[in-house]
Amino acid sequence: MTSAQPLASPRINLTHRLTKTTSVVLLLLSSTLSHVYASTLGDIKEKGYVTCGVSQSLPGFSYIEKDGKWSGLDVDFCKALATGIFNDSAKVRYSPLSAKERFTALQSGEIDVLSRNTTWTASRDTSLGVHFAGVMYYDGQGFMVRKDLGVNSALELDGATLCTNTGTTTELNMSDYFRANNMQYKPVVFEKYDEVLAAYEAGRCDVLSTDQSGLFSQRIRLKDANAHKILPEIISKEPLGPAVRQGDDQWFNIVKWTLYALLEAEELNITKKSLMLKKLPTKPKERRFLGYDGNIGENLGLSNAWARQIIQTLGNYGEIYEKNIGKHSRLNIPRNHNNLWTQGGLHYAPPFR
Amino acid sequence: MSKAINTTIIPLKYCIQWMYKNLFSSPIDCVITLSLCLFITWFFPPLLDWFILQATFIGEGSEQCTNDGACWIFVREFLPQFIFGFYPEESRWRLVTAVIIAILFIGIQIVFKKKYLKILTPTLIASYPIIAFILLYGGAFGLDIIETHQWGGLFLTLVIAIVGIAGAFPLGVALALGRQSNLPIIRAFCRLFIELWRGVPLITVLFMASVMLPLFLPQGLDIDKLLRVLICIMLFASAYLAEVIRGGIQSIPSGQQEAATALGLSYWHTTRYIILPQALQHVIPGIVNTFIGLFKDTTLVLIVGLFDFLGIVQAAATNPKWLGHAIEGYIFAAFVFWCFCFSMSRFSRHLEQRSHLKAKPTTHPT
Repeated sequence: MTSAQPLASPRINLTHRLTKTTSVVLLLLSSTLSHVYASTLGDIKEKGYVTCGVSQSLPGFSYIEKDGKWSGLDVDFCKALATGIFNDSAKVRYSPLSAKERFTALQSGEIDVLSRNTTWTASRDTSLGVHFAGVMYYDGQGFMVRKDLGVNSALELDGATLCTNTGTTTELNMSDYFRANNMQYKPVVFEKYDEVLAAYEAGRCDVLSTDQSGLFSQRIRLKDANAHKILPEIISKEPLGPAVRQGDDQWFNIVKWTLYALLEAEELNITKKSLMLKKLPTKPKERRFLGYDGNIGENLGLSNAWARQIIQTLGNYGEIYEKNIGKHSRLNIPRNHNNLWTQGGLHYAPPFR
Repeated sequence: MSKAINTTIIPLKYCIQWMYKNLFSSPIDCVITLSLCLFITWFFPPLLDWFILQATFIGEGSEQCTNDGACWIFVREFLPQFIFGFYPEESRWRLVTAVIIAILFIGIQIVFKKKYLKILTPTLIASYPIIAFILLYGGAFGLDIIETHQWGGLFLTLVIAIVGIAGAFPLGVALALGRQSNLPIIRAFCRLFIELWRGVPLITVLFMASVMLPLFLPQGLDIDKLLRVLICIMLFASAYLAEVIRGGIQSIPSGQQEAATALGLSYWHTTRYIILPQALQHVIPGIVNTFIGLFKDTTLVLIVGLFDFLGIVQAAATNPKWLGHAIEGYIFAAFVFWCFCFSMSRFSRHLEQRSHLKAKPTTHPT
């Protein structure tokens, strides 16, 4: 499963297989060429903008507003990087990438960072010449059912008919899960997301299964979204996060700690609003984080105020989450795994000291 | 009174006769006609319902739309983006001006007399690309530079198609002539070029240009992505076109060329005045066919991250506020593409008819 892509076009699927071959070829090439990119940060400062690879269109993660501006969770991470470096969230150039193009674009230096809803896996981390900087969003395969079925847990789905799409790991995950729990099921598979959704809506199956973030955006498209619910179980791990090229540890650190800064701010309860009050922080943790003490920012090659700039402009992780895919968006995806570790979630930033 | 009856009855009679002859002349015809009628009555009312009767045309925001019919508000709200892409709003007048100038130049061709056009046409053709480039890209006369990553929508589709066609045509003619040439190196080169480009899918070519090429180029040398794509599409189309034109050239009897040589015409004169005018006329349908194909192939640039018309329609449909209206977007895109392709095919018919009238006395001497 590469990523949740509810509206993937058939054209893209057609050449999906190219990815692997090209990636391997590119790896061979890049091993000889990668030393060329000495300092990504230096390049970015010289260019005056960050080039950020984003998804071509994925509800809530990266999409185009009516005025032509990019929005979404992945897009906001690009903005956070730009704000940390330039104190200007507009200094990003977005490079919309198809799923098969994304790693090669990173390899060739067309983009500085890939923030494109990409699952962190061992094989990608080790064989594609990229580094994953962390997890922006914990996704995983889930189930959607009609409310009137009265099902509250995936464990009650014995004997159900399940709709999903072919050619992805979703099918395999599903069969693993049902076998492990000694349940029977009947799969109904389709080539495209649109067909899966249509079949589910027409009642050809009881359950629709795909990545949870995808389920939430599919649900909006149903005639009566409130008649359907998404079960709490997640049966696969799809940690989505930003990736950078191997061979530039400074840039890798900047991307990694920008992500941690968003999380740390939420943990310290520092929000866009609280920074607007302009009251100097007194707690040592906050002072270090915001750059009043110590020199975390300078060690990264940025200014010590970088984290403060980011939170001031974009808000902390929680604010970005709620705005794009949480409460304040139509997707309304509950935090669950994407909560902080202090709230029972999985997000955990190492200490800023 | 009798006159009135006559005028109504004769068409009715004619009508029945026509129906009998064309729709019910044999049992099989009857079956086909009836089943088609059934199909239409079964298929069209729901379609009409969705398209017009239950559709939402007025209002703001997706909340106004019902699930029973089409939501044309979506198309209306995003129309500027569909057409101009990410082009900054305050600069969009530049695109409109470029189109107006193009129409003006075409108008000049129609209005002015032939003797003026002899000088005028080449100047216009030579000057338009420069004017258009300055208007679209900027960088001169105080116009801001609008970089190509901000280009998109129908505008980008047209840029790719027009530049592709304008570049591919002369190149295609040159390749076709080169392939027929007596000089072995030129002949071999043209052959190699054509076979190479025809043998590779366009998607691969685009992918190579956008992703692989930067790996081989020295760092710092950065060729614009759109430019790379334009060159690829141009070369790709020219290879196909060359083969179409070669067909035309081969259809000219060799006697004509021999006659021209006997009269003392040089190779270039023979080609310019005898071979090419006839050859191109013969293959107008094939040429236009290639161009229509090229126009539709432009949608493949989505693969390399350029948002052409179809790409931007798809992207707009994933805006969380407008989820679920992809069908309306696709129908609109299909309609626009059809309009362009259909007008191209009409234009080709017009060219064919015109050239046919002109060509008659020469090709069929009396």
